[in-house]
Amino acid sequence: MSSSNQIMNQESSNPIRLLESKKKKRKKNQIPDKKQPTRWKTADEQQNYSSKLIEALRQVRRNSSSESTTSISPPTGRVVREAADRALAVAAKGRTRWSRAILKNRLKLRFKKKKPRIVTGNCRSKKLESSLLKLKENKRQPALQRKARVLGRLVPGCQKVSFPVILEEATDYIAALEMQVRTMTALTQLLSVASSSRETPVDEHDILREAKGGKLEGPYAPAVLPFYSGQVAGTQPPKRSFYSGLIVS
Amino acid sequence: MSSRRSRSRQSAGSSRISDDQINDLVSKLQQLLPELRNRSSDKVSSARVLQETCNYIRNLHREVDDLSERLSVLLETTETSSAQAAIIRSLLM
Repeated sequence: MSSSNQIMNQESSNPIRLLESKKKKRKKNQIPDKKQPTRWKTADEQQNYSSKLIEALRQVRRNSSSESTTSISPPTGRVVREAADRALAVAAKGRTRWSRAILKNRLKLRFKKKKPRIVTGNCRSKKLESSLLKLKENKRQPALQRKARVLGRLVPGCQKVSFPVILEEATDYIAALEMQVRTMTALTQLLSVASSSRETPVDEHDILREAKGGKLEGPYAPAVLPFYSGQVAGTQPPKRSFYSGLIVS
Repeated sequence: MSSRRSRSRQSAGSSRISDDQINDLVSKLQQLLPELRNRSSDKVSSARVLQETCNYIRNLHREVDDLSERLSVLLETTETSSAQAAIIRSLLM
């Protein structure tokens, strides 16, 4: 209970959001830990994440432009993906295993020449030690175990955790990934609209109209529109202080 | 490691993590999956839920990768003038 109050205080210090109702909707009779996957659906969280993402991307751009053009190629998709994942992990506030693992891995990769693990995700995995399986046979089927192990490899940092923990982590991870996709889709569309209309002077209503009228791809289109329709109406409250507090150096 | 501890506890038969809890978690996972959301949970086995979860996560990863590619291309080519950068910033924040 106190932890959910803390969450509410942190997010209500955001001077922008008027969606108090969404925060109060958090059910109190759920599991009393801090991992509630529904929090990834609030517009608050998406806004939070999008500002982090923008800052991370700007840093990527700065890094690639400040160094000589011969040494670093323009930001690849891989770099952008890593920045996005890092921003997502930070937005998780370190409460979930996968977010901590993402942040840990980034640090390790910087200091060690470690080959990043490539997740093939082959469901018919051959790597299981049957002796370990027999240990748990009384409670779970081996087929379930196998699939749980595969799932554990897909979610970062969950390779050797127990079955229920994997389920919990996967729940939160899926919700977070969905939000990441929503945000990046919206950002891509805004950028593409902005770059296509670079010649003519535009104002924000034009851009918004084009973004709405354009084809919103993916299954997340309905989620993107309400998020942006609320933005232009009303005054833009000062966001610099909130924003600067989020930058993770 | 804590995982080993919980493993030995489970093999000893103590249902520290009960089946009900597992079923609860699996049904919660099922609610998140777009394909299985509308089916009743007795018709969908937990193996199926796990399978669909794997597939869904892989799909999401692929989408994020695609979006990252597009974003990286856009970032290079967009030389936003200061006015447009301000617009984008105000819209997104």
